[in-house]
Amino acid sequence: MPGSSPLHRLSPGVKLLALAVFAVGIVATQQALAPIPALVCGLAALALGLLAAVIAGLRGRRLLRVALGFAVVGVLVFAFQAWQHGPMRALTVTSGLFALVIAASAVTASTRAEEMVDAITRGLRPFRRFGVDPDRVGLAFSLAFRALPEAFRIAAESRDAARARGLSRNPRAYATPLVIRMVAHARATGAAMQARGLGDD
Amino acid sequence: MIEFDGAEVALDPDRTGDEQVRILHPLDLVLAERRIAVIGPNGSGKSTLARLVNGLVLPTAGAVRVHDAAGSPLDTIDDGAQVRRRVGFVFTQPAAQLVMPTVLEDVALSLRREHRRRAERDAAALAVLERFGLAALADRSVHTLSGGQQQLLAIASVLAAGPGILVADEPTTLLDLRNARRIGELLLGLDQQLVVATHDLELAAQCDRALLVEGGRVIADGDPADVIARYRATV
Repeated sequence: MPGSSPLHRLSPGVKLLALAVFAVGIVATQQALAPIPALVCGLAALALGLLAAVIAGLRGRRLLRVALGFAVVGVLVFAFQAWQHGPMRALTVTSGLFALVIAASAVTASTRAEEMVDAITRGLRPFRRFGVDPDRVGLAFSLAFRALPEAFRIAAESRDAARARGLSRNPRAYATPLVIRMVAHARATGAAMQARGLGDD
Repeated sequence: MIEFDGAEVALDPDRTGDEQVRILHPLDLVLAERRIAVIGPNGSGKSTLARLVNGLVLPTAGAVRVHDAAGSPLDTIDDGAQVRRRVGFVFTQPAAQLVMPTVLEDVALSLRREHRRRAERDAAALAVLERFGLAALADRSVHTLSGGQQQLLAIASVLAAGPGILVADEPTTLLDLRNARRIGELLLGLDQQLVVATHDLELAAQCDRALLVEGGRVIADGDPADVIARYRATV
């Protein structure tokens, strides 16, 4: 998302590093602290994540979309944790996970994909001696960013095609063309990348 | 210049004689004209011929060579990376060709080799977009563009890398008449040597040479008016 917030102005490398520290901090506090302080930390992390999202301009419907996207996983995680360890632990784990999703969304909303790819490529340069190719990894991230809207488009078209044939309740009529078209898209993208010489050097 | 030296493409090159299924029969051609059209029915081998030039398809026998700026031949099998730098390729479906999320970023991706610093790269990418009338869309997501805009961007992204030859595989097939004409005029006006596989006979007629492909063979080759007339007669 375009913008000029303090998060937009921060370098992508710093944001990715902060996100990594944030993630490690959440996991560490959940492991090391007693249940009540761990819950307080989880809720504080969630508040921090929400603050970052608001600063990045992720508000209203956009924020709701992120929350709904997390809801399915969140409910499952909460249910499993509540069953295994009780409701307090479930709330701690789920709030920590949600905080991480919100913070990651704030980072992606305030960073252009190209800046992110550059930061990843730069960050991986020291690992070149271990056989890591930073440009290729960066390119893989670019493709992942690009693949998401394309996957949504193909999914919507497959759903409409199934509906148009009166097969909206038939999962095969939706899933089969979706999978085939996704694979075809991946092959076409591979050919396009080869044609553009991406990954040659 | 592009040379096909007995180049053929077979599905099962290990078999011999009549057992072999050939997509393209042995082809000897020298393409030196600036604008070359490849026409023919669906499944005739046009796209395979076009893809041979860029090395997307490699000949199962014979060779395909493109000449670099100094006139030295580059073999599509032995010099693949150099060939891809020399020959840009535009696909029918631009959505699959656009790799980055936004318009500016996709063009900038083609410039990574020339400009390591992002600010320089973005400035160069913006200059390319201005040349193609796409600067106002620089920050737009590529998947929100119309088909014509996507194809224009795909061409801009390919040309940003500075190829000497451009191959376009049915670049106007998915476009409406206005966008098809716009893209056609753009392609015909390029400085690069152009090889365009197309069903658009109006576009083919404006090229300097046309090849008619049918059943994996070039059955007519020469002045576009004559070749198109031959094609119409076979339909």
